[in-house]
Amino acid sequence: MKAISQILGGNLRQYGMVFALVLLIVFFQWRTGGRMVTPTNMMNLLNGNAFILVLAIGMLFVIITGQIDLACGSVAACVGICVALSIKEGSAWWWVGMPVGAVVGLGVGVAAGKSVLRRHSDAKSRAIMAGVAVGLVVGAGVGLAVCMLVQAFGIPWWGGLIIGLGAGAIIGAWQGAWLAFIGVPGFITTLAGQMLFRGVYQWIGKAQSIGVPKQIQYIGGGYLPAWGPHTGLNNSTLLLGVTAIVVLTVMELRRRTKLARASMPVPPLWATISRLLLLVVVIGYLTYLFGSGPVTTSFPVTGLILVVLIIIYNFISNRTTLGRGVYAVGGNRIAAGLTGINTKKIYFLAMANMSLMAAVGAILYLGRARSTGPSDGTGWELDAIAAVFIGGAAVSGGVGTVFGCIVGGLVMATLNSGLYLMGVGDDMMDIIKGLVLLVAVGIDLYSKAQGKPSIIGTLQRGLQLRRKDISDTTQGVVETASEQAGTDEGSTLIALQGTHQR
Amino acid sequence: MITLSFEGGQPVEPSSIVLEMRHITKTFPGVVALDDVNLSVRADTVHAICGENGAGKSTLMRILSGVYPHGSYDGEIIFEDKAVAFNSIRQSEEAGIAIIHQELALIPELSVTENIFLGNEVTGRGGVIDWIEARSRAIDLLDRVGLNVDPDTAIKNLGVGQQQLIEIAKALSKNVRLLILDEPTSALNEDDSANLLNILRGLKAKGLTSIMISHKLNEIAAIADAITVIRDGKVVEDFPVTAGLVDEDRIIRDMVGRDLESRFPAHSPKIGDVFFEVRGWTVEHPLIPGKLICDRESFYVRRGEIVGFAGLIGAGRTELARSLFGRTLGTWLQGQILIDGKEVTLPDVKSAIDNGLAYCPEDRKVQGLNLLDDLKRTITSAGIARITRRGVIDLDTESSLAEKYRQMLRIRATSVDVGVNTLSGGNQQKVVLAKWMFTEPDLAILDEPTRGIDVGAKYEIYGLIDQLADEGKGVIMISSELPELLGVCDRIYTVFEGRITSMTNAADATQESLMRQMTDTADQATNQPGRLS
Repeated sequence: MKAISQILGGNLRQYGMVFALVLLIVFFQWRTGGRMVTPTNMMNLLNGNAFILVLAIGMLFVIITGQIDLACGSVAACVGICVALSIKEGSAWWWVGMPVGAVVGLGVGVAAGKSVLRRHSDAKSRAIMAGVAVGLVVGAGVGLAVCMLVQAFGIPWWGGLIIGLGAGAIIGAWQGAWLAFIGVPGFITTLAGQMLFRGVYQWIGKAQSIGVPKQIQYIGGGYLPAWGPHTGLNNSTLLLGVTAIVVLTVMELRRRTKLARASMPVPPLWATISRLLLLVVVIGYLTYLFGSGPVTTSFPVTGLILVVLIIIYNFISNRTTLGRGVYAVGGNRIAAGLTGINTKKIYFLAMANMSLMAAVGAILYLGRARSTGPSDGTGWELDAIAAVFIGGAAVSGGVGTVFGCIVGGLVMATLNSGLYLMGVGDDMMDIIKGLVLLVAVGIDLYSKAQGKPSIIGTLQRGLQLRRKDISDTTQGVVETASEQAGTDEGSTLIALQGTHQR
Repeated sequence: MITLSFEGGQPVEPSSIVLEMRHITKTFPGVVALDDVNLSVRADTVHAICGENGAGKSTLMRILSGVYPHGSYDGEIIFEDKAVAFNSIRQSEEAGIAIIHQELALIPELSVTENIFLGNEVTGRGGVIDWIEARSRAIDLLDRVGLNVDPDTAIKNLGVGQQQLIEIAKALSKNVRLLILDEPTSALNEDDSANLLNILRGLKAKGLTSIMISHKLNEIAAIADAITVIRDGKVVEDFPVTAGLVDEDRIIRDMVGRDLESRFPAHSPKIGDVFFEVRGWTVEHPLIPGKLICDRESFYVRRGEIVGFAGLIGAGRTELARSLFGRTLGTWLQGQILIDGKEVTLPDVKSAIDNGLAYCPEDRKVQGLNLLDDLKRTITSAGIARITRRGVIDLDTESSLAEKYRQMLRIRATSVDVGVNTLSGGNQQKVVLAKWMFTEPDLAILDEPTRGIDVGAKYEIYGLIDQLADEGKGVIMISSELPELLGVCDRIYTVFEGRITSMTNAADATQESLMRQMTDTADQATNQPGRLS
């Protein structure tokens, strides 16, 4: 047990669902007679679910703060139509120059104001005024220029992407503001948003099906180029795989030296080597799987975008104060506030980021579907929420990992794909998916109620108990007991505050 | 004519014993909360129970009212000459005993009538509520408690004093013959308190016996017919009094009369100059406009000094601390904070931390810790800037620094990776201390730093407080335990109803003198301590 824990990196908690995922894949591989794990099916699985996984990443942070976003499906639909329509109608969208100008102006103004403030800390109001003035002029100029360019040349495909991401960010800011600054619970804010943006989508789109250019189709459903000598595999995929292995190995070794330098306990060499071997085998197999498909295929572009997002958001959640803030607010908002964390800012950013992710998801989906459609975005938020909860997040907030929510999303995707291959109908599929969600979260909550960290944490439990010093356990019991006696009258102040608040 | 009805039980002879609790012993695992307590309450009296926080008063009342069911304690209860064994509040209410908690249990959105009969509805045939009958009974009950409000008014529109009376009306509606009031006036202003006492006096004349828990000795003196003092789970004294002629000093002596022994580590303070000063600090209650939770409070802290803030629960010490710490409670009206003689404004927690303040909250589980988090992330959470460069946290430095603080504070955990929820109360408290020591503060405000932890852990925390002071930092210690303040602090302020009522060097103070300043309702304005000039 300890050995496994050391190889995988200390915390076994997050690997339980991976184990379930592998079991699931093996099961379907067996039941479908080997049609599950084929290059084509895996590419389809990734391409067809990448947008949900992207949404799930956004949803994860919202759920960690203890909120929920019901609007992201509608937001995605809304963004999709903006992207498609702006590219198609081009010069009719000349007015997008103005918001661009406003954003640029704001940016320049703030930057200018800050730089003046840094030099003359006494000139507060004047500096901001000056900054705003400069920003206005620059912004107006840029805005006008963009307006004219758009009217003359239309909007290129990348312009459509910028519009889409911008629309996502603005919608996110709108929802975040209602939650963070006005205090409308996320559930209500986004329930309203779900209706609101569904309506906006229909109003803008007028029930049309609008195609997107091939560049966007490439983003959502394309493959990396084939080049170079004949290796039997797609060379782009091979390069990716080799790069991943090299980078991870270097990181692992650097970490060892760093730990040694800081005279911290270094994991045993055999653990590091086994760990690296495991990585090489897994990445090597994936490289082979995705590289050995039909001639024009490779590891999909959506997969690449997804990997980049996973790396970025994993970094944010683990290594930045922002990420810490998200967990702190979700875990105990009062304590977080008294620790100096700006709780409103955290709520705002989590919500805004969700809609930004919805925009990214919309673009991926649009690229694969090649055109907008009437049912775009319907029920996406529920798939994303399911992925996050299967991945071990808690409804009450404070718990969840990027890794977990991706695994949760893949479990749902594998179920979809496997059941489809087995020829199970939509009705049965929904029943099975519903039960899986319920049982996964149910077991998780049950094991938490038993005082265990989570479903996955139960694996770890035997280990912890054995390690625990007996005298320490006894001490704990006595102190907990005296604490109970103490709260007897100690709780009176809380009671008093309760009275005051009436 | 309004009379109390006695349909539910037998008529009681005047001045006979209505309640006897015999040899009550209640233990929580490892702790004896009540040790062979006897209590006799005579009919038609107001019986006061006094004691420090944690002495066991509430535990006793919870046993009496069935919150702690029969069988979870030793001893017997005889009510109206019958042995009783309550397993729930419902049973004690049926027998004629009702308890009114400090925390009022009214539903703000419901009307007075609905609240009075909540859970005890006036029903006609088939269980349908008879609102007409209920309303007329409510009017009658309101009359009995001297409250002139429309029975259809929603509770949220009433003041706290009126709500307290509604609670009494609710109890009366259940044919109560023994009423227990837990700190009934703690949330009331003086007028409302006086009114409440009058009502109690009137009800007593009409045959209602009551037991009152109170910290306010002047109120006890004004109304009580008998007093029982509990200390450390034992009855210290039990004596009848004549209302209005009570020796308050005797109660104080009984309440605090324990010696200090060697419960505190030896410490010789090295006190420097004044570096933190507060002038005329005035803060309004966040919800009740016009009510001041800090009223022109001025004080100072010197380097290397441990300053105690004594006061009863609800006196406004926490409110003072939190309003100083980034204005996290109440509405700031006026007053200055001076650090090293320079005025600073601390509008939020971050600026307070940046200016060298730290605040260890009184309730570690609600305000101090994210129980989902692990040890190292908790320790570094407030001072995260120390291990962050450009928004990116150095995880290895975090682990090694957290381990350093774990060892320094001797937090008993297998590693810094374990969850804080797996630690015992004393260790959790040390984690909160570690979290704030990690910010390397100049002034540490510790709010009830030893609440609910055992004697051994307390000793270690006293040692850490001494250590902070020895590093030249200032420490403000808020505590409801006077021996602790006397044992640890160099100087003590007493706070009463949002005002600082006295300042003494700990060496010159006694528990009795502090208790007098903490409870005295005599004119405080003339007794404002000045700052050293």
